Formats: sequence, structure tokens, C-alpha cells
Amino acid sequence: MDIGAVLENAILQFVGFNACYYAIAAIGLNVQFGYAGLVNFGQAGFMAAGAYGVGQTVSIFGISVWWGIAIGIGYSVFLGLLMGAPTLRLRADYLAIVTIASAEIVRLVVRSVKFRDQFGGTDGLKNFAQKFQQVGIDLGLQPAKDYGFWIFQFSGRTLWNLIVGWSFVAIFGVIVWSLMKSPWGRVLKAIREDEDAVRSLGKNVYSYKMQALVLGGVIGSFAGMMLALGNANVQPDNFSRDLTFFVLTGLVLGGVAKVTGSIIGPMLFWGVYAFLDGLLRELVDKPVRIGDFTLLQSTDIGVVVFMVMGALMVLLMVYRPQGLFGNRKEMAFEGR
Amino acid sequence: MKDAEPPPTAEQRELTEPARRARAALADVAPVPGAAKPDPILAAVEIRRNFGGIVAVDVARVEVQRGSITALIGPNGAGKTTFFNLITGFDKPSTGTWTFDGAPMGGLAPHRMAARGMVRTFQLTKSLTKLPVIENMKLGATGQKGEKWWNGLFPARWKAQEAEIEARADDLLRRFKLDHMRDEYAGALSGGQRKLLEMARALMTDPTLVMLDEPMAGVNPALKQSLNQHVRGLRDDGMTVLFVEHDMDMVHDISDWVIVMAEGQVIAEGTPDDISSNTAVIDAYLGAHQGRSLLEDEV
Repeated sequence: MDIGAVLENAILQFVGFNACYYAIAAIGLNVQFGYAGLVNFGQAGFMAAGAYGVGQTVSIFGISVWWGIAIGIGYSVFLGLLMGAPTLRLRADYLAIVTIASAEIVRLVVRSVKFRDQFGGTDGLKNFAQKFQQVGIDLGLQPAKDYGFWIFQFSGRTLWNLIVGWSFVAIFGVIVWSLMKSPWGRVLKAIREDEDAVRSLGKNVYSYKMQALVLGGVIGSFAGMMLALGNANVQPDNFSRDLTFFVLTGLVLGGVAKVTGSIIGPMLFWGVYAFLDGLLRELVDKPVRIGDFTLLQSTDIGVVVFMVMGALMVLLMVYRPQGLFGNRKEMAFEGR
Repeated sequence: MKDAEPPPTAEQRELTEPARRARAALADVAPVPGAAKPDPILAAVEIRRNFGGIVAVDVARVEVQRGSITALIGPNGAGKTTFFNLITGFDKPSTGTWTFDGAPMGGLAPHRMAARGMVRTFQLTKSLTKLPVIENMKLGATGQKGEKWWNGLFPARWKAQEAEIEARADDLLRRFKLDHMRDEYAGALSGGQRKLLEMARALMTDPTLVMLDEPMAGVNPALKQSLNQHVRGLRDDGMTVLFVEHDMDMVHDISDWVIVMAEGQVIAEGTPDDISSNTAVIDAYLGAHQGRSLLEDEV
């Protein structure tokens, strides 16, 4: 058994591309869920908005891929307004239902045969990321060459994706951190606890909730853009409910209403996932049997890993409900 | 310590100038339901609210004199809090119009009413337990530049205003004797302190009319006296106070005018002395007219 290789892979996943675009998505989700208390179960929809905004540029519209940033932002703002307008005046549950449904509608529309010419159907979109990759090459990163030190060896192409991705994480982290230090953030945190109290003090709660939903959605769309550019393609089924809930798991793991939590949570999510997956694969090299009953075989591992992660999450919620970086004091006072 | 002295009764206490003015203005007002006041800051007409078949509030006419402390009393279920919710926009009346400071207020969102100077507190205190006391206070200030998200990113645009707001908040905290709790989470305050905090936070909006929903509920007797002083202080600073209360001592002690509701209607109005001798009020509380309407001229 090679525990060293398992650990090595886990560490690489900890800082890897998956962790990176999950972190961007979680920073956005944190604005909505962590600070404003908006239960958004549709972050995958916002990510799809960003990814398709970038993907459509070259292959559908025939314009430069950089326009994709504006288009992706436009799509996600539109999606946020569409979800928020009917629901933000209602109780929180309605937003949850509408967001999860909207994200599914987005996915079903972009993979439909009907809109194949606009979104590429189930094949998705590709051949749009060359210009993005070219910038990395121009900066001297050879796509096929390996760079790095110790176990951190990345191809030039991966390294370029990581540099851009983690820069976005840093930028959005700083933006959200400073917004939450401002009076604007104070209003959001107050809304999270008691909307009526904020209303009675002369603030337009509906408008603030909409701003938070849209801002979080736009940040989420950057996660989608990054995913599209990094993979050099857009696949509709990347944006299923799993994605939303894995991002949410990462956020809760790190601790809601903390920028550090929203970044380190998704990193840990991928690190722990890779570790458990690797470990189980090492342990279950031949089927585990009790008598004639096969308890575990290597094809089960993909599912079992998520079961173990779910159990770990339950333990975390019981013993550390604020997440790893959350504020215990903030959690300790229940609203009356 | 000042708080420990026996509180002066209404007779013993020297009335302040604003109090004297309020009482003088109300001296000639007839103690009948819906009486017109010389200078009403709030005037409501035909406010009605049905919940299904039940009429929760049916107020023909009520006015609140500017610069006075007006109490709204009545037995449980009389519709006092519902009336509060209607007037402040937290609930929409089935019919009715009302004006605040001469401007019609019907249909306005609650935050717009608050922005015009009509601020309220809640029966179940809504101090934001997960924010520190000082942040609770600063939240109350209106017109904050930093509350626009595009300004939020640039501290230079709101730091100066924030400092002013903080100074004002600290003044109010000192006045309400909460300054020692300044940096604690509001969740660490006692029930009475939360009432004080909510009142102080409401003052951060620079209101002209302060509407308090049961400010004394759940407050210990020692704190009650200081709350009384604070409410009087609001009037002395030129604000108008309308409050819902069950504590008759407080009502009698501090109010200039009393409005009595029962079964959704205003059944009596008058000075505290008028009210304590009013038979309709005694009936409403003690239930002499069981099962019948409280207004004698009703069919």
C-alpha cells in the first residue's frame, strides 16, 4: 500500500483546479447564503450562465472569447433578477425551491435538442479557449513542459489555469471581505437575522436581497467561466444538482459567513475526497467478502467515498456546527 | 446612585416645558373616541383590517397630537399591535387612509415610512443578536453612503460618515446606559437591555414619531423607571411618542393622552384621569358587557 502516493494526490487536489473553481463558486454562494441568509440551491445555474457565456462567443457568435466575460456576467445578472423578482418578497423557502428549479431548467435548456444551434446540445461547446491558452504560452509557459517543485509539478497548461483561477479566488475574496466590512455588509448580516427589524429602520430589504443574490450569482458565473476556459469545453451535465450541493458542502465545511471558510472549505472538500478515494482504492484491491456476501468491491468505491464524506459532514455539524473557520459566537446566539 | 431613589410621581415632578405644552394643547380636546387634535402628526381614518371573516381592526378616526406621549391601551386581542402594523406598513389595511405629518402614507412600503421619520419597535424585541451592540446601533442611521454596494468597496467614501454615526451611536448608548456592553453581541444582553437597545437603535433613524410596542413587557421594575425616563426624554427632545402598553402605572405616569381600543375599535380617549374613571374602559377590561358590543350606540 502506497500511502505516500495517496497523500500526494490529496495535496494536489487540495490546491488543484477543481478546488479553485469550487472556491470561486463558494465565495459567491457565501454572499447569498452566508451573509444575506438567502438559500440559493441553484449556484450551478449561475456557473452554467458564465460557462455558456464564454463558450458561445467563438463557436456561436463568432466573436472574441473575451466578450464571454461580459456575456457571462449579463446572463447571470439576468438569471438572478429572474429568480429573485418573484421570490425575494416571500419566505426564504420559496427562493430555495425556485433556485433549484431554475438551475435545472438552465441545464435542461442548454442540453436540449431544440437549442442545439445555440448551446450545442448534449455535446456542449468547444474550440473557444485557444486565445485564453495562448496568453499563458505568450507569458512563457510551455503547455507540455512541467513546472514546479517537490510534488507540485504541473504542466504549463494546468499551471496557467491555476494561476488565473487562484487569482480570481484572491480578487473575489478581497472584494467580498471588504464589502462585508462595509455598512452594506452590515445591512446584509442584519437581514439574515431579522428582515422586519431592518425594514423598520428604513432600509429597502428587497433591494438588498436582490443585490446579494445577483452579486453572488455573478461571482458564481466566474467559476463557470473558469471551468469552461480551463477545460476548453463546456458540458451541460457538469452543471447538475451535484455541483450545487458539493459547492454548498465545501462552504459549510469551511464555515459560512467567513471568506476564509468559503475558500478553504472547497479546497478541503477536494483534498478529503481525493484522500478517501485513494485510500479506499488502496485498501480494497480485491473484493471484501463476509462469507458469500460481497461487502465492498472496487466498483463501489465512488459511491462509498461520498457516504463516508456525508458521515464526516454529519459529525462536523454535530460537534462544530459553525464549520472549521466559522464564528462560534455568532452561531451561539439563536434569534428569538 | 440616582436610579435607586424613589421615583417622583406625576404630581411631584416638575413638568418640563414640552410636557406642559403637550398637556395644554390637549386640555381643550373633548375626551371622546376620534377626537380631533389641534396639531395631529398622525391622523388615521376608517382603518379596517379583516382576517377572513374576523374584523381585527376597525378604527373610524384617530389622531395623535404632535409632541405628546400618547398611550394605546386595551385588553388582549383588542387590535393594538395590528393597528401598529397597519400604520407602519408591516400589514396592509383592507380599507382606510392615514396621513403622517400631512402626507398620505397608504400603500407605502415600511422602509419608506421609516425613512420619513416614523419609526417603530416590536413587541417581541428585534435586537439583532448576532451583531455587536454598536453595529446594531450603526445600522439604524439613515442615508449611509456605505450602504450602497458600489461605495462599500471604497472605505474612503464612507469612513468619515461612519465615524460621525459611531459618535452619535456612542452618545445614545451612554444615555441608555449600554455603553459598557458596546462591543458585546446583542445576544448577550438581558431582555430589558434589549428593549433599551431597540429603542436607542430606533432613535438612530432621527425619527419624529416613535412608536413603541409594549416597551415594558418583560422588563424588571428597576429598569422600568429608567425606561419611563427615556420615553419622557423623547418627548422633551421634540419627538412624538405613541406606545402600546399593559402596564397601567406607566400609562398613568407618563402619557399625556390615552386611546383605548377593544374588539378592534377605539372605545375611549382622554387624559389618563379621564380614562381611569371611564365606565366603557372598565367594562372592556372587566367584561361587564359580555357578548355584547362595547359601543353603546351600536346595533
